[in-house]
Amino acid sequence: MKPAPFVHHAPTTVAEAVEVLRAVGSHGKILAGGQSLIPILSMRLASPEHLIDINGVAGLDRIEVRDDCVRVGALVRHTQLLQDESAYAALPLLRQALVHVAHPAIRNRGTTVGSLAHADAAGELPSVLALTEGVVEAVGPRGSRDIPASAFFVGPLETALAADELAVAVRFGRFPEGTRTGFAESARRSGDYALAGVALAITLQDKVIRSARASFVSVTDVPDVLDLSGAIGSYAAVPDLDAVADAVRAHVSPDTDIHATGDYRRMLVAELTRRLVTELLSR
Amino acid sequence: MTGPDVPEPLHEVTVSVNGVRHTATVPARRLLSDFLRHDLALTGTHVGCEHGVCGACTILVDGAPMRSCLMFAVQARAHELTTVEGLGTIDAMGPVQQAFSECHGLQCGFCTPGFITTITAYLEENPDPTAEEARDAISGNLCRCTGYQNIVKSVLRAAEIRASADLGAPPLIDADARAGEAPP
Repeated sequence: MKPAPFVHHAPTTVAEAVEVLRAVGSHGKILAGGQSLIPILSMRLASPEHLIDINGVAGLDRIEVRDDCVRVGALVRHTQLLQDESAYAALPLLRQALVHVAHPAIRNRGTTVGSLAHADAAGELPSVLALTEGVVEAVGPRGSRDIPASAFFVGPLETALAADELAVAVRFGRFPEGTRTGFAESARRSGDYALAGVALAITLQDKVIRSARASFVSVTDVPDVLDLSGAIGSYAAVPDLDAVADAVRAHVSPDTDIHATGDYRRMLVAELTRRLVTELLSR
Repeated sequence: MTGPDVPEPLHEVTVSVNGVRHTATVPARRLLSDFLRHDLALTGTHVGCEHGVCGACTILVDGAPMRSCLMFAVQARAHELTTVEGLGTIDAMGPVQQAFSECHGLQCGFCTPGFITTITAYLEENPDPTAEEARDAISGNLCRCTGYQNIVKSVLRAAEIRASADLGAPPLIDADARAGEAPP
């Protein structure tokens, strides 16, 4: 349970980090919080020859609330974002999801952007990036580019980031006025990976449902967004919960593994969504 | 890069643990948990699962609980580390240690260092938890003896001891900070 040897690079600027990435290419891996990467190294599931440790890179630890988004730098720890009151006020879904990320000791070190770059289908943050129609800011030897969430997640543990690109920040989109959000998941043990989870955003105008959208954890390969606006109906007082549950069941494609069967996860995520709809509309 | 013919590069790492500076020369892949135990001979920090699940290796990094098995020693240079050795001694136990002793909060004791560090940091943020909050606070630490009932009691007792610390209970590690407060 020890990592294989690697060369440790400790750049202090994004430009330096990119220069190392350019030089080592696919033999390198970015190390930020390391809360997923270091177990992978210790179990020898991966043994990159170079680790580019960005913890000393200045300027990546900022949270910025803008009119249309919350921008989170690559060194912002989950705890920092979780506790940030202005980020919570601008986009409550962040805190609603982050409290489900592992345990405080992991959240104190793990980074939100790293969680997205890791792109675990069982992670909470990918579903949040998808639902907020967020954007990943990537920097590499060919320059900077924005990658929208819909193009970022390619498959489980696979993103559109090139081997020599660094995700320097993400921008989580803010919801329109009148939007209520929530996050629910079910895990065998507190803080463990969820068997199934759902992030939900319902936009209301005078008790009429203008839109309802959901994204999921552990039951889809990539966190795409399901539009429930048709299924849920128009009136906040009488949402069509059965139609919502049917739409969720039809959308997801959960696998069976040692923790739960695919059928159980499908049932579970439909029920979680049904309850979350009820909770959001009764607030 | 570092095949069998090429010796692994070594790094001189100086860290501050419990207020004392230590230096050792280690490869980049040395986990902080192993650095503490093997290189600095601070064996109070225990190593269980080595992938962040069990919580036995939890230490305080700048006061915040983190898994020492999920950091490399070379990453700890700029930080102030606190291990269980820094939270009290056999003659002057910290409030959490004293509570574990009073409430039989440990059986085999293997997981205990991680609980002590976790709970110490938790009570700094939440000095008066309910039993339910205490249970949640320790949910990231595993006790294979399953002695959770008494560990929850220990959290609550430690909160009491901290609260009455001004009445002559054992000193806290932040005694200097408290010395600046106005007496009751």
